[in-house]
Amino acid sequence: MNRRTLLATAALGLGLSFGGAAEAQMDKVKACFVYVGPIGDGGWTYQHDQGRLAVEAEFGDKVETAYQESVPEGADAERVLTQMALSGCNIIFTTSFGYMDPTNAVAGKFPDVKFEHATGYKRDHPNVSTYNARFYEGRAVQGTIAGKMTKTNKIGYIASFPIPEVIMGINSYYIHAKKVNPDVELSVIWAYTWFDPAKEADAAKAMIEQGVDVIASHTDSTAPLAEAAKTNGAVIGFGQASDMAEYKPSPRVSSIIDNWGPYYVKRVGALLDGSYAQVDAWEGIPGGEVLIGEITDAVPADVKAEAEAVRDAIAAGTYHPFTGPLNKQDGSAWLGDGEVSDDGTLLGMNFFVEGIKGEIPQ
Amino acid sequence: MLILERRPTPSRFWAWGTPILAVILTMIAGGLMFAILGKDPFEAIRTIFWDPLFNAQFAAYSRPQLLVKAAPLILIAIGLSLGFRAGIWNIGAEGQYIMGAICGAAVGLAFYPMEAWFIFPLMVVAGALGGLIWAMIPAILKTQFRTNEILVSLLLVYVAENILASMSLGLLRNPEGGGFPGSRNLGQYPSAANHELIAGTGMHWGVVAAFITVIASYILLQRHILGFQIKLAGQAPRAARFAGVSPNRLVILCMAMSGGLAGLAGMFEVAGPAGQISIDFNVGYGFTAIIVAFLGRLNPVGILLAGLLMALTYIGGELAQFMLGLPSAAIQAFQGMLLFFLLAVDLLSNYRIRVPLLIKEAR
Repeated sequence: MNRRTLLATAALGLGLSFGGAAEAQMDKVKACFVYVGPIGDGGWTYQHDQGRLAVEAEFGDKVETAYQESVPEGADAERVLTQMALSGCNIIFTTSFGYMDPTNAVAGKFPDVKFEHATGYKRDHPNVSTYNARFYEGRAVQGTIAGKMTKTNKIGYIASFPIPEVIMGINSYYIHAKKVNPDVELSVIWAYTWFDPAKEADAAKAMIEQGVDVIASHTDSTAPLAEAAKTNGAVIGFGQASDMAEYKPSPRVSSIIDNWGPYYVKRVGALLDGSYAQVDAWEGIPGGEVLIGEITDAVPADVKAEAEAVRDAIAAGTYHPFTGPLNKQDGSAWLGDGEVSDDGTLLGMNFFVEGIKGEIPQ
Repeated sequence: MLILERRPTPSRFWAWGTPILAVILTMIAGGLMFAILGKDPFEAIRTIFWDPLFNAQFAAYSRPQLLVKAAPLILIAIGLSLGFRAGIWNIGAEGQYIMGAICGAAVGLAFYPMEAWFIFPLMVVAGALGGLIWAMIPAILKTQFRTNEILVSLLLVYVAENILASMSLGLLRNPEGGGFPGSRNLGQYPSAANHELIAGTGMHWGVVAAFITVIASYILLQRHILGFQIKLAGQAPRAARFAGVSPNRLVILCMAMSGGLAGLAGMFEVAGPAGQISIDFNVGYGFTAIIVAFLGRLNPVGILLAGLLMALTYIGGELAQFMLGLPSAAIQAFQGMLLFFLLAVDLLSNYRIRVPLLIKEAR
């Protein structure tokens, strides 16, 4: 199966339930979680664990949860998943892109166990669902703040891997910074890791040396904010995945909060009441999966109001962050005036929009 | 007060007794740590050491997994032990493991999607050569320029890691991988895949190679002149020189064997359990193998057992993590304790402990 047909299937499946026979009700569900980092990362994994705790709080005795942290995305993931399935987990959430192949491989061997893979696109078996959040909606709010707040007109983005999810975040961030500040320049550093505080800090340092004064990150730790904090307010940044409130009011001026709890509660609940079915979920600010953390007083009131207006328009469904006219980096037309990107293009996004310097590593 | 008294010859009893004592002490100290973390220590120890082997729910799956996890450790540790016995310290097996994996995978991917019987054997040769050549760098630098092989081999690990990253982002990246770093999955390429030979046993070519290596190195050390020279060079370097052992030749041979075996381990891993070259392909087998080599007393049979024990702590550790909610750091600390206690009680094989008061009375 080539990439194109994969994307087509992904696009088709978007937001749709795949139907299938309704499942039997269950008296008790064991829900298990596989984390890519430690719970104490203060970001991505922390938020998934908050989701797990939300499931426990919601269902009490009717649910048992278990988790394993810092599971490498490779041979070990398959073993961990198999052991979880053997231990009687009814539903297993695998919370990183790199678990895609192991999740599908193990799901094939345990047809009675439900697998939920975060941020992936492969659903090789009827018991594999995928879920993701529209983080690019939050990036639109951050971009607006970044464009307004930068004094050097240089903003930065610490990117993890050159995959569509990250690229759409970069594009959205840039588009909205550019909208409020036509002179803005974006530099992107690829860290090639989800969680490596030392590498993330190095990336932030390099940017600060280049004169970047607003840094967004797509990695899981608080290290970039810790670097920004050393500049005595000259450089600001955003909480990523988690609120990272300990860096309030500056350098953390706002944040994207991944709010997985509602989805986890919904899925475990569906398993309990027998309404569970395979899905490909992709919710964002309107559904509450993506929250914008408090915009602090380090941001002037008018900028704050403008950013909140973007957030509210997205929440109300009246504004889509990828609305034309937009060109691709090479100058070719992508979206016409007022045209809105379809989800399929976003899920396979492998290009920068016009104005971003640098290339996506190929 | 206690007095340490050097034994005229190392105690045979303690040479084999210390690993067992170290395991027992690790269980006690680890149990204390688990208790402080608020978990039942007996349950934790049982989950780590007993459940993977005998728990009805898990054993059928985890027993074969023990072999899968132990095979690379044993392969690498056997190679290292030969050098360690001769006083040649190859600390960079992790790098040789990576280079073996890269070379093996590259050969396999070069033939993709052709199906032919000779691809896998070629990959095996390439894997061994990759590790061997990488080990030749510290070896030749040592014999020609008297550099320190510990430093050079260790630092080359980081070079290898960067080559690995560059390979998974560039040359070997899966063109159909949607921009994500990492090569094609060799597991889905039948001619290159290192699958289980007998379903449900975990037995893949790497496990077979590990067993063969154990036997071969046992024979080498017991029956072959090279084995004698290795042992002699380690125990009495001057005597070895008088006996006509060339130190340079020994350095090259030992580094070649350990590098080649580490490369083989990497190759079997990338074609089998891991499936692909990716940025975080290496998970520290090259370093853990050093523990395994010493835990096994640098003896082939000992290493076989030590490799299985180490694999048990990994798999049992994972079980304990999600069955009991232990943090992953606690499991790592537990494994660290094993090496710590081993080195600590190692003292007993070379020294005797005396209580002075008792000695006086005896006189």
